[in-house]
Amino acid sequence: MKVHAQRLIAARLGLALLTLLIVSAVVFGITGLLPGDAAQQALGQAATPEQVSALRHQFGLDQPAITRYAQWLVHVVSGNFGTSLSNNLPVSQLIATRLPNSLVLAGLTALVSVPLALLIGIASAMFRGSPLDRTLNVLTLSTVAVPEFLVATIAVLIFAVKLRWLPALSYLSDVSSFGALVRTYAMPVMTLCCVIVAQMARMTRAAVLDQLNASYVEMATLKGASPMRVVLRHVLPNTIGPIANAVALSLSYLFGGVVIVESIFNYPGLASLMVDAVTNRDMPLVQGCVMVFCVAYLALVLIADLCQIVSNPRLRQR
Amino acid sequence: MNRHAPTHATTVLYDPPAAGAPEEPQAPAAAKRGPLRRLVSRFSVLGLIGLFIVVFWLAVAFIGPVVAPYKGGAVTSTEIFGSYGPAHWLGTDYLGRDMLSRILFGTQYTVGLALAATLLASGIGTFFGLIAAVSGRWVDEILSRLFDALISIPSKVLALVVIAAFGSSIPMLMMVAALAYIPGAFRISRSLAVNLMTLEYVQVARARGERLFYIARVEVLPNMIHPMLADFGLRFVFIVLLLSGLSFLGLGVQPPNADWGSLVRENIGGLAEGAPAVLMPAVAIATLTVGVNLLIDSLRRHGSRSHGGGK
Repeated sequence: MKVHAQRLIAARLGLALLTLLIVSAVVFGITGLLPGDAAQQALGQAATPEQVSALRHQFGLDQPAITRYAQWLVHVVSGNFGTSLSNNLPVSQLIATRLPNSLVLAGLTALVSVPLALLIGIASAMFRGSPLDRTLNVLTLSTVAVPEFLVATIAVLIFAVKLRWLPALSYLSDVSSFGALVRTYAMPVMTLCCVIVAQMARMTRAAVLDQLNASYVEMATLKGASPMRVVLRHVLPNTIGPIANAVALSLSYLFGGVVIVESIFNYPGLASLMVDAVTNRDMPLVQGCVMVFCVAYLALVLIADLCQIVSNPRLRQR
Repeated sequence: MNRHAPTHATTVLYDPPAAGAPEEPQAPAAAKRGPLRRLVSRFSVLGLIGLFIVVFWLAVAFIGPVVAPYKGGAVTSTEIFGSYGPAHWLGTDYLGRDMLSRILFGTQYTVGLALAATLLASGIGTFFGLIAAVSGRWVDEILSRLFDALISIPSKVLALVVIAAFGSSIPMLMMVAALAYIPGAFRISRSLAVNLMTLEYVQVARARGERLFYIARVEVLPNMIHPMLADFGLRFVFIVLLLSGLSFLGLGVQPPNADWGSLVRENIGGLAEGAPAVLMPAVAIATLTVGVNLLIDSLRRHGSRSHGGGK
């Protein structure tokens, strides 16, 4: 009987969809309604009022906002984000060429950062109050607060300028061998990891500590289980849910972090596409990118929720 | 009703603060000592370092332009990307301007803008959080849904969208940063207030027939101040990082004005030479944010210890 769990999952899915709907309305509201007029902007200052109104009609800007939002929403749902203003390519096509790059970057970062962060978090929770814990605390506390571009510039300074081990920019053309792959991704991944590992480790530590205070841990210790066994056998299974949440939240931070990192290393991903779109005030492209970012975020949160539900036997079996 | 609540990153970064715990009475022994000693005894060494850094940068934000050795935009040297020296302590930038003066002038943008934005974000967030918690039911549900949705747009991405639409002027940047961090402040203040609403003295006040506004102002708000202040500090750090990140992308403070992020951006050409012009502004940001973090961490630790915590 998994009805209960299924209903929970359905509720989460519904919530995610509702959130997406609100986000789309907010994004459309910011980009599509308030700022002057795309027609005026496209024609420049010298345009006559007739030209402007003709183009407004062609863009459909003379229709009420609700209608335009509904039309836009229908298009977005069917995967049509419109045409980029700066180079006349379909937005969905532009996104499709950049998205895989960003996903690879995010995936590699997750691959490196998650085990590292869990290790740090669990270790500092196990030895809480020890010099190790204190050192890690100060270290993670400082790393959380350091801007990505400082980490990136220092990394470039050390590895590209002084040591000449790595190229300062990422060129995706030469990822044929493993060595080339490492050389291309080392610095962006390293930079992203710095911030994320710290954040994730702190949340993991909090989650494990939370469980270590529970009475079943005391029981296990009293019956003579070694600290290692207590943590690995008793505590960890109970922390899967909170830790999955922590991981998802930290990884969702990636979506903000990549904005800076992709621009610094000139990495052809979704975030640098969006920064360019913002610089060119290319609204359809901006809208498309935001929606993709939001879907990715919600997917992460949803996965974390599912982990929480699945890892909780009370929800699974009843 | 909001069991789901994917906790915002900031809420769990630190061990949960003792929610709504009343401010601890000062130990009588501590009260007899001078105010300075009392202050010192409140912080750990790291906390004191953090406090010192924060006070330092706050002071610089106000008196920076006065004490700067050169005028902000003045080209004072023929050497570009100059290194540390007696005439230019932190070297020169890509036009030969004195870097120390540039940083001192930039402080008011970085610190002042972020401070204003944080005040806005925390103020508005707390306001709505209180409303949601006190009025409950429908209002709460609508506000929570709305802010939850806003949280799912990463703050940097949300900021980019707004800047794409409205351009980036100083007031706009302030609004952007505030808007990006209102949902987080709302989340935290709401959960604090909801917890407080279940306490007996609030129940008593309700039974007494007090108006909701009175309950929010007199019973709930004073007990949220302490954790909200810690949250204020965190939010300040995030906003500094956001704003300097935007400036670094060229979408923040526009020339001829420059905050620390823009300073890094305009001097990025000197990176290959390891010029101080590109490193120093970034280091300045890092010291500010790390300082605030150390200060808050120390305050929180002290707080939880004196609450008989050890949690």
